[in-house]
Amino acid sequence: MKPRKAAKPRLAVFKFASCDGCQLSLLDCEDELLAVAGAVEIANFLEASRAVVEGPYDVTLVEGSITTAHDAKRIREVRAQTKVLATIGACATAGGIQALRNFADVKAYTSIVYAHPEYISTLETSTPIAAHVPVDFELRGCPISKAQLLELVAALLHGRKPNLPAHSVCIECKRRGTVCVMVAHGTPCLGPVTHAGCGAICPAYERGCYGCFGPQETPNTASLAASWKALGVPRAAIARAFRSFNAGAEAFRKEGDAHGG
Amino acid sequence: MAADGRRIRVDALARVEGEGGLHVEVRDGRVEEVRLDIYEPPRFFEAFLRGRDFREAPDITARICGICPVAYQMSAVHAMEDALGVSVGGQLRELRRLLYCGEWIESHALHIYMLHAPDFLGYEDAIRLAKDHPKIVERGLALKKTGNELVALIGGREIHPINVRVGGFYRVPEKADLRGIAEKLKRARDASLETVRWVANFEFPDFEPEYEFVSLRHPAQYPLNEGRVVSSKGLDIDVHEYRERFAEEHVRHSNALHSVLKGRGAYFVGPMARYSLNFARLPASAREAAREAGLGAVCRNPFKSIIVRAVETLFACEEALRIIDAYEKPPAPAVEIVPRAGEGCAMTEAPRGGLYHRYRLDSEGRITDAVIIPPTSQNLKSVESDMRQFVQQSLHLDDAALTLRCEQAIRNYDPCISCATHFLTLHIERR
Repeated sequence: MKPRKAAKPRLAVFKFASCDGCQLSLLDCEDELLAVAGAVEIANFLEASRAVVEGPYDVTLVEGSITTAHDAKRIREVRAQTKVLATIGACATAGGIQALRNFADVKAYTSIVYAHPEYISTLETSTPIAAHVPVDFELRGCPISKAQLLELVAALLHGRKPNLPAHSVCIECKRRGTVCVMVAHGTPCLGPVTHAGCGAICPAYERGCYGCFGPQETPNTASLAASWKALGVPRAAIARAFRSFNAGAEAFRKEGDAHGG
Repeated sequence: MAADGRRIRVDALARVEGEGGLHVEVRDGRVEEVRLDIYEPPRFFEAFLRGRDFREAPDITARICGICPVAYQMSAVHAMEDALGVSVGGQLRELRRLLYCGEWIESHALHIYMLHAPDFLGYEDAIRLAKDHPKIVERGLALKKTGNELVALIGGREIHPINVRVGGFYRVPEKADLRGIAEKLKRARDASLETVRWVANFEFPDFEPEYEFVSLRHPAQYPLNEGRVVSSKGLDIDVHEYRERFAEEHVRHSNALHSVLKGRGAYFVGPMARYSLNFARLPASAREAAREAGLGAVCRNPFKSIIVRAVETLFACEEALRIIDAYEKPPAPAVEIVPRAGEGCAMTEAPRGGLYHRYRLDSEGRITDAVIIPPTSQNLKSVESDMRQFVQQSLHLDDAALTLRCEQAIRNYDPCISCATHFLTLHIERR
């Protein structure tokens, strides 16, 4: 995308079913926020501003998954008024933790949480944005990494491809100099199949990666599941490990299904 | 619209966390109905927690809210430890308070500077405020950053920290790891005091509803993770009695449940409640700053909640510094846990107020039932009742001014709609 010469590029941020954490990441760029705000026109970002400029937008960041008929319609309207659409985070990219409903009966879910299920209008599934409209870029993570968000925004504003590595968390551990928790301590870790971006935080805090960035490009989930089994992890626990914040991502969904009902 | 009526409609209330709308109906100069429409889609956390392992609750429930994930983690671990008959004390308890202080600083600074202050000064957002007052906004961002850095240091990252577990932490810091953040917290303490003085000069409408405040009260400390559940009208219970005294109602216009005190009705949680019920437990510097800002020991004007948040930010900096100063690395990062069947509950003080979790576990430690009651749903009834009173006394304003005033009033409560739906489009109908 080329920025318009006459005016600053217009940035919009839209929210669907989510925790607000990924769009908060933009406000959490305390050192860069005012510079970003100087480089773009923040045209529609309700969490930050009551000033709303009508579309079209040059760059739109979308947080959250599609869980209602109303939102399925709204995402099409958002797509129609933007040049570049990038999803931010596990909800928008894989359906989020709320995609656990995809494995269950939503009517039963509604009656567990609400006294009057008839007041609640919701779809049977939580689906990523790409299941509804074409998506130009996807940022992984629950939550996304601030560094990756800034790289994405900078790249889009300069009309270049963002430099977002597709390798696994394992590479990030090696770079960080973290001893492998799985090899050295026998701690089950999803790092070998999980997309890079967090900086391999969990192993550095002496726990196994729990896959919040979702599957990396070519994940050998079956092999990793076999290693977990060899460590004595029960079948149901393996299924649960793949069924968390990226339960709806294809590779994790399949591996979870292979170990759970 | 009838010739004698007016209709005001704004399609989305901004600078709140999550999505919803305010619907106001005015007929013949009387406010007939005020309704917070919560259209944030339901995400069913309590349902999909069933069947999960007790150890997963802090990471899963954190995802209810990206602004206060630590609060969810703290309520989850304390409720689980209650169910499992484990008590976490000493430096591990102190580290939990330290982590929570980071979240209070981050969340309060976000609300004061980015969400709330622009209303008082006539700006649409903090970015525009920064154009005229760069030093002020930079101070707010630096304060927020220090809070985030503290959360990241103890928790691994700012949003959805990874280091909290039932029983304690995965890894605990060395004493030396905390030295760098202590210097930043000293600057944040100064910035908090400047923040109290700055917001104290804002103009506040006369508006003091009769609230029943509810918060935790600890014998000696300003409440974060522990205490009895007390109110300004004499309630004083153990958290285990919470469900006997409080109830949740499901109303048609909302994807969030509304809480009530049984037999009494609406109540109010959050910074004003905590402050008014625990003033004596604030450090001397925070009490002094509050007095200097014109606050008494009780604050009932929701517009002045911005001052209370600034005072609490000062408290959080002081408390964090106190903990760091006395810190000695605990021998183990966590207390050992043996799964067992049981039921446990806890309330902790999220930046927005009391957050209640209750879990039932089977003998293998699987969750069989979960109840989560976030602060915003506890406040919804009071917010609606406040808004009815506030709109009534503000009807002389023209539509644009009234709309802005209503938005500002809603932001007083720092509502977290993402939390409450486990909130705002503004519709004012004048007939």
